[in-house]
Amino acid sequence: MDALNSLLDGFAVALTLTNIALMFAGVILGVIIGVLPGLGGANGVAILLPLTFSMAQSPGGQTSAIILLSCIYWGALFGGAITSILFNIPGEPWSVATTFDGYPLAQRGRAGEALTAAFTSSFFGAAVGVVVITFLSPVVAEFALEFGPPEFFSVYLLTFCAFIGMSKQAPFKTLVSMMLGFALAAVGTDTVTGTLRMTFGTATLLTGFDFLVAVIGLFGIGEILQTLEEGLEFRGASAKINLRVVLDTWKELPKYWATSLRGAAIGCFMGIVPGGATPASFMSYGVARRLSKDGDKFGEGMVEGVVAPETAAHAAGTSALLPMLTLGVPGSPTAAVLLGGLLIWGLEPGPLLFVEQKDFVWGLIASMYLGNIAGLIVVLTCVPLFAAILRIPFSVIAPIIIVICAIGAYTVHNTTFDVYMMVVFGVVGYLFKKLDYPLAPLVLAIVLGDRAEASFRQAMLMSQGDMRILFENGLVGSITTLALALLIWPMLSVLWASIRKGLAKGA
Amino acid sequence: MSEANDQRAALSNKTAELAVAGSTFALGAIVVFDSWRLGAKWMADGPQTGYFPFYVGLIICIASVVNFVGALRAGDKDSAFVEVGQLKLVLSVLVPTSVYVVLVGFLGIYVPSIVYIAFFMLWLGKYAWWKAALVSVGTNVFFYCVFEIWFQVPLPKGVVESLLGLD
Repeated sequence: MDALNSLLDGFAVALTLTNIALMFAGVILGVIIGVLPGLGGANGVAILLPLTFSMAQSPGGQTSAIILLSCIYWGALFGGAITSILFNIPGEPWSVATTFDGYPLAQRGRAGEALTAAFTSSFFGAAVGVVVITFLSPVVAEFALEFGPPEFFSVYLLTFCAFIGMSKQAPFKTLVSMMLGFALAAVGTDTVTGTLRMTFGTATLLTGFDFLVAVIGLFGIGEILQTLEEGLEFRGASAKINLRVVLDTWKELPKYWATSLRGAAIGCFMGIVPGGATPASFMSYGVARRLSKDGDKFGEGMVEGVVAPETAAHAAGTSALLPMLTLGVPGSPTAAVLLGGLLIWGLEPGPLLFVEQKDFVWGLIASMYLGNIAGLIVVLTCVPLFAAILRIPFSVIAPIIIVICAIGAYTVHNTTFDVYMMVVFGVVGYLFKKLDYPLAPLVLAIVLGDRAEASFRQAMLMSQGDMRILFENGLVGSITTLALALLIWPMLSVLWASIRKGLAKGA
Repeated sequence: MSEANDQRAALSNKTAELAVAGSTFALGAIVVFDSWRLGAKWMADGPQTGYFPFYVGLIICIASVVNFVGALRAGDKDSAFVEVGQLKLVLSVLVPTSVYVVLVGFLGIYVPSIVYIAFFMLWLGKYAWWKAALVSVGTNVFFYCVFEIWFQVPLPKGVVESLLGLD
């Protein structure tokens, strides 16, 4: 029951007036970010991260800063549902599956019901995710205290292999995207020897590419360019939520307990292994459609079809913070940005965090409970307000968003070079998205590049260049084996499919 | 926007795939080249600086070749990567944005931002000039208050700000 005691201490840290105010501010900002095209969880947090630099320097300020940023993340998760249901525009990739049944419901005048169902199941998914974090993370962290460089490198390897094995995109496109991230991370001063790498004699490249700039460009500018193709106008259903609708929907929701639980389980699993919220939401929707007795009516406007993806997306989004905190390996791009924030504030994510920064960790975990309650209150009461934001014409909101992105990119290092790079990354993001190159592994690789390389080199130094150190003992060996298995998984599944085809032909 | 209706393909999917795979190969080659220059071998004191990036670059090159060949073999499905109308819309934002960021380098953030937002509203949104002026100046005053005063994060400033005595 250590976890419960620590959690109570955490509530004591999180429950100050400032922190609660920050929670609400974060959630409201987050919902706005989630609603607006071009701003999402990852780049919203990236843009606002520089604002916390000074905040994090005061005592206890790091906890306040992470509370603000994580609440923006929760808000963005909630916000994605609003645009999907009312406008049929997924504000976030993980809300694509929510449009399948959410938008038909809204068209039939049942928007309030759909939104209430979405928010409530999001809340449920997040709650399950936080409970998992509360009880699992101390265990994982303690286990990981034994880790040396080879173990850490094998965990990184597992993360990246999982991306290749589990993503829907072509494995070699995932590989290119990921390795480009590592290459970008390597630019600049080599952290071990101090040698300059790939700067080609320019001073601007000395510090390398910052992942925050990459995130703002890839996700922000890239997404705006892509949204533009659809034209400049949004048309959407109007929504009112009153207490009656909320209570009626809540009465209906317990019927879908099985769907919710499955969604939460899928979400937690996909969040912890770096699959992320997006595949989790699709998977949960698919499973619900197959197992529900009304499965064939999915897509025409079933509340159950909103419950499934939303629960999973939030469970995944929340539990993605578990590997980030305990191992220093983020499970999603937004978790990667939060990890970057921790590093900038001078905290070292990983198992030692649970020993040395107890207040910070448990304050954050407690704030997850409170932040999601704050989120549910905010979204249920303010939906018309947020929907109104989407009615601001694109020709007004788009330049403002781009200016915000530019300011965000500038404030990372106070250089205008980063603002130029933001536009370059924006074009890359646009091309990559249209050609199905996944962006998440690129961002994760930029964030983890230096750390992965450092652990690799240390491991190699320990073994004098012998790769067998990655199989040296049971622990590191099994992680490495699992990683390699995930890596060749796509090949195996192709092989298996062709064998089955062959068998079917033969029979 | 009537321009969005022009559905001729400005660029085929295949061309775009080939171009991107080619570019990633070139980037990979640069990484390999520079890592080799720095030394990508094993020395007495451990791996050299270029050791890790060398293999990263090598993997980029190999995977790019696979993608390139994959795109070549995908047959000649003439699906459009981007339609002419779409491309016009995208460029109508990308070109002003590129001009904007270059201006930020010379004039600081505020003046180009005012011009940029106003330009967008006048040109793409066809708003009355006073509305454009109100929104663009208002937004930037808001940003000034949030960043410079509230969070004390200095943003880049240029000639105009120093004339106004704001820096």
